[in-house]
Amino acid sequence: MLQRKIPLAMVFVFGVISTLQYFVPHPLSQQYYDTMLKWMIGVGSMAIFLALVSFLRHHYVRLRKKEHAPYSAVAILSFLFMTLVGFIGGMGPGSVFQKMFYYVQAPLQATMFSLLSYYMASASYRAFRAKSFEATLLLITAFIVMFSVTTFGNYVPGVPKALEWIMAVPNMASKRGIAIGVSLGSIATSLKIILGVERNWLGG
Amino acid sequence: MHISHDPWIWIAAILTLAIFSFLYKDNPFFKMAEHIFVGVATGYGFVYTWNNGIYPNLLRPLFVDHQILFVIPFILGLMYLSVVVPKFAYFIRWPFAFLLGVGSGLSIPLAFRASLVEQIKYTILPNPHGMSMGLFINALLILIGVVTVVLYFYFSTPHEGVMKPVTKVGIVFLMVGFGASFGYTIMARFSLLVGRFEFLLGNWLGVLPWLR
Repeated sequence: MLQRKIPLAMVFVFGVISTLQYFVPHPLSQQYYDTMLKWMIGVGSMAIFLALVSFLRHHYVRLRKKEHAPYSAVAILSFLFMTLVGFIGGMGPGSVFQKMFYYVQAPLQATMFSLLSYYMASASYRAFRAKSFEATLLLITAFIVMFSVTTFGNYVPGVPKALEWIMAVPNMASKRGIAIGVSLGSIATSLKIILGVERNWLGG
Repeated sequence: MHISHDPWIWIAAILTLAIFSFLYKDNPFFKMAEHIFVGVATGYGFVYTWNNGIYPNLLRPLFVDHQILFVIPFILGLMYLSVVVPKFAYFIRWPFAFLLGVGSGLSIPLAFRASLVEQIKYTILPNPHGMSMGLFINALLILIGVVTVVLYFYFSTPHEGVMKPVTKVGIVFLMVGFGASFGYTIMARFSLLVGRFEFLLGNWLGVLPWLR
């Protein structure tokens, strides 16, 4: 009862009411929508505690292993420091929290992602072999896109126009087709969840 | 050369170099920087979520504005922590049930209107005020592309007979779309790389005069 039936009933009741409220032009319906949005953000945000428990438990276990201990200690200390400066000093302009974001988190994140350019370059060298018509098409399109966003590519006649056409016509058609497929899939999955056909989210 | 005297710039530069050291091989400097990133990003996420999610949407309405109904999402939120006690771990399904129910319910009409009806509308009626021959051909190509791409993802019928050439055309449009996405992704990564070198050579070492 508590383990499966109540969660399934909750999904059904909240799902049906939330779907129907869209079609009911009444202040109560709007009030329900506003309240549910707040509740969803609130409940969804509380999941951060689950993430924190998982994070701290993972690194606490690793603290006992000699080879991982210094790194996990650094991860926990960095987390505690960032949390403390955030709650004590605030998040405003000029705060230590903001400086930590701009001079620690942002550079680390940007450098991590920029590293991928090396690996993508080497991977694409191996993958971009025009073995078939489709692979050739992908290769040519990627080349035009990459070339046209460089300074030099902008001055080659026809290249900016070609990029414009690729983005506005074939790329738009494929993205639109995918978007239609995704929305059909999401509607079908939502219905299956509400009606209790899809129950994988309940776990074992 | 005008090396920066700002300690924050030095911290950012040392961390940047530590991450770049991975290009040689996995090493303690990279691992240390990686774990600093994990810790700092988790802390940032926690403080941000508390200030923009939990407090204004849950704690303030309940404990400051005394809106008693907000006790329901508050209790649902606390149920996440039931995983700590294995005997009561199943209570974690309740907040998930709430989020899935409301999320699915709200998303059905929105997905139907915004993603389905609007996309189909602009595919069939690209410009109601008339158009040139070139624009007409482009609109026709978009229509053919959308229909063939959607049919390519239709797996209830085998891609044989009439479906075979149709889905082949769909693949052509998909490959162009993937090529464009791939090209943009690579260039976005390269622009980040250029940004990091600008920071190291300009903001830190002061070699680039326009970034001192």
